[in-house]
Amino acid sequence: MNQWKNFSKGFFKDNPVFVLFLGLCPTLGVTTSAFNGLGMGLATTFVLVMSNLVVSIIKSQIPDKVRIPSFIVIIASFVTIVELVMQAYLPSLFDQLGLFIPLIVVNCLVLGRSEAFASKNNVGSAFIDGLGMGLGFSMALTMLGAVREILGSGSIFGFKFIEGDGMLVFVLAPGAFIALGYLIVLINKINQKTA
Amino acid sequence: MEYIIIIISAIFVNNIVLAQFLGICPFIGVSSKVETSVGMTGAVTFVMVIATIVTYLLQNYVLIPLGISFMQTITFILVIASLVQLVEIMLKKVSPSLYQALGIFLPLITTNCAVLGVAILAVQKDYNLLESVVFAIANAIGFGLALITFAGLREHLDMVNVPKAMKGVPIAFVVAGLLALAFMGFAGLV
Repeated sequence: MNQWKNFSKGFFKDNPVFVLFLGLCPTLGVTTSAFNGLGMGLATTFVLVMSNLVVSIIKSQIPDKVRIPSFIVIIASFVTIVELVMQAYLPSLFDQLGLFIPLIVVNCLVLGRSEAFASKNNVGSAFIDGLGMGLGFSMALTMLGAVREILGSGSIFGFKFIEGDGMLVFVLAPGAFIALGYLIVLINKINQKTA
Repeated sequence: MEYIIIIISAIFVNNIVLAQFLGICPFIGVSSKVETSVGMTGAVTFVMVIATIVTYLLQNYVLIPLGISFMQTITFILVIASLVQLVEIMLKKVSPSLYQALGIFLPLITTNCAVLGVAILAVQKDYNLLESVVFAIANAIGFGLALITFAGLREHLDMVNVPKAMKGVPIAFVVAGLLALAFMGFAGLV
């Protein structure tokens, strides 16, 4: 397979959030600001790349019947690493993301890529697939976070450019659903044009 | 009284789907028919309550005494994965039609963040065993309430003429946003 295609599919054509609708819980839950979205996206990218790598290396050793539990254990180990490292070095981000860090383990995107891609492909492709999908996921989260931050508090990445409070509803729960809905519409339009 | 506050808060004020964003995948995925969402709610309730009990016991009698509470994530997810397997085997025998209807989403309860989320939250909030059970049941009801209400809305959405780019999931998200807005009305309740 063309490696560039393999890498770039995660951004628009098969974007995990906008097109495949995977990993929606952290997408909606942590994107109150662009920075949180980016942090969550990069944490997930790390887990995704590492678990894709490990799964593709040991795929022939895993019996077919217990493959899902094995994948989950591999993913959970990397999530625990992220959890401990982030708690030690980025405590403020860790507090912001809260429950959603351990919940990376149940992000359907990570398990989905292990099952659908890494368990069938070689190490190099699995690595690139994980990286592309992870960065596509980060891009989606950062975009959604930026939209919500701009509309909700008139700032971006913490840099305030509009005085006052903005539309608070976009920082709260309903705004997450509505903003994501319209972003999906936008990506659908772009994909229709390029297809 | 305490229990009533836990129940009201979990079902309405901090609704697990619409306010805490847990379990969004099944919320969007299986909510196109009321019937399937009722089945899904049943399966999730069962797994959620048992998982919370088992993880509570594990956390307090195994992980903490041994000083290995950093293994929490790995232990909890393994418990949930095996429980889901159990439910799958049971459902296949007891109700094959429901098993067919739930399809792919049954194994996916494993990756339903609502189940793991509730288990971790119950531990984080320092609930005792009974409170944890009440908390799990209330959250399952909240999940069901959101899912079934939303399924009812989506059944009507099918008959509405929406712009092509908004068909399906995008319009569902916007409707979910409005539903979340409605649930925010409960905010001052507790």
